[in-house]
Amino acid sequence: MTLLGPLRLDCGAALAPVEIAYETYGSLNAAKSNAVLICHALTGDQYVASTHPVTGKPGWWMRLVGPEKPVDPARDFIICANVIGSCMGSSGPATVDPATGTPWGMDFPVLSIADMVRAQALLLDYLGIDTLAAVIGGSMGGMQALSWPVLYPDRVRAALVIASTARHSAQNIAFHEVGRQAIMADPRWRKGSYYADGDVPASGLAVARMAAHITYLSEAGLTEKFGRRLQDKTGADCDGSSFGFDADFQIQSYLRHQGISFVDRFDANSYLYITRAMDYFDLALPFDGVLASAFMGTKTRFCLISFDTDWLYPTAESRRIVHALNAAGAEASFVELSSPFGHDAFLLECPEMNRIVDGFLRAGATK
Amino acid sequence: MTGLRPDLRIIADNIAAGSRVLDVGCGDGALMAALRDSRQVRARGLELDPANVSAAVTRGLSVIQGDADTDLVDYPSDSVDYAILSQTLQTARAPHKVLEELLRIGRQAFVSFPNFAHWRIRMSLLTHGRMPVTRLIPEAWYETPNIHHVTIDDFRELIALRGWTCDGEWFLSGDQQTSRGMANLLAEHAVFLLRR
Repeated sequence: MTLLGPLRLDCGAALAPVEIAYETYGSLNAAKSNAVLICHALTGDQYVASTHPVTGKPGWWMRLVGPEKPVDPARDFIICANVIGSCMGSSGPATVDPATGTPWGMDFPVLSIADMVRAQALLLDYLGIDTLAAVIGGSMGGMQALSWPVLYPDRVRAALVIASTARHSAQNIAFHEVGRQAIMADPRWRKGSYYADGDVPASGLAVARMAAHITYLSEAGLTEKFGRRLQDKTGADCDGSSFGFDADFQIQSYLRHQGISFVDRFDANSYLYITRAMDYFDLALPFDGVLASAFMGTKTRFCLISFDTDWLYPTAESRRIVHALNAAGAEASFVELSSPFGHDAFLLECPEMNRIVDGFLRAGATK
Repeated sequence: MTGLRPDLRIIADNIAAGSRVLDVGCGDGALMAALRDSRQVRARGLELDPANVSAAVTRGLSVIQGDADTDLVDYPSDSVDYAILSQTLQTARAPHKVLEELLRIGRQAFVSFPNFAHWRIRMSLLTHGRMPVTRLIPEAWYETPNIHHVTIDDFRELIALRGWTCDGEWFLSGDQQTSRGMANLLAEHAVFLLRR
């Protein structure tokens, strides 16, 4: 779908038209009071609870969203939009620049998390939705969910922020920089102009994904799943290595698979733009660095969940947000859940998380 | 308010309708839920145990997982009408500092604790020479979370030393309210309402 825009971006440029690809589940009630916005993470998309058109895999958050789940289309009007800058149908470096008739490439304006949220607000305007019953997101989706009540205090009644942060740390930026440099070092990247011949910087993007994927897991989780176990290859001695550079270890082949399968569904330039937006994210920045000021006077209810083995956005980052919410007098809940799966825990089976999300959302429904 | 623990019922009965409350060590949120449902109280909670926090959030309450010893500094001064500390004082690493924080955050503070000078505990220690294990102090010495046992008279002395004002005292024995007379000997449990 195409929205007219224009959308004034943080970098100063204006984007028009703004295309936003989205999925909805359930139906909007007469009072238009049951809209729930789901925000996806860095490499996520709008297919939160439906089959992915490229990979054929089921929706990425069907453990939380779907019939009989905490976010239920029988009760909620669920919206999930591809963030701008991404590559699943919303405006991004792979879409056509109307000024030139060719893909934007690196001429696409640099984005912020707030720009993504403002684009979502445009979509809500288009859908005739004034107020969200809730906005929910994990990881980068959590950054958006946290930004919503700050940017649109009157448009969101509850914000659920899972495994996220109010700012990117030096370590977060460092890992992203490794990924971006891997893409840019790929000779096929060609300063982002690879759309014409389709010869994409697959090697660079795969390495970027591999490096990032490590940050989504935990050391304990990796040890449990792979340990130092070797690949069981025919003709190879399982007790010894090949003394070469093949994927001897299971963890190697797992990571390589993660990298290779990723390039089939994701655009390298989108990866550059979205990681950059995350790096620039610091919710307190427009408030003289005082995070509490961002939430001052908020009427939104907040719920934050972190995971004890998440070292990408550790519990301390959620606590920092909670501290600010307390200082602002906001209604806030927070719990750190235990999981061996690191940052990825929010996408995995977690009955405790489901119970909390359900209770938090139901509490809002009675008000 | 039926179904509440007796000390919580005393606290609940003495909280003004529509007030703001911070329940420190709120457990599964039983008191907060009762206050919200029967007195339109705006309640917040702080609780150490994640399973309890989950239970409270599932009830629709605003509860933050945290530690009374370290996380109360995050709360602004005078931000609630009442800060509540029920059966948590004796588990704090620095009870006097927790009380100071309570009285900074709340205009008033309810504090309830088991009285270690109750005659049954005295008898137990005197006759057996062993650390008492009672209904209100059910764990053995090595696994009890109660690291700062306190008596009613000790608590009164601390109030006097710090120059706090006591706005109310309630005493319980066998879940029934009991008189102030010889409370330090006869009360199993005490509830105080304090002010700076």
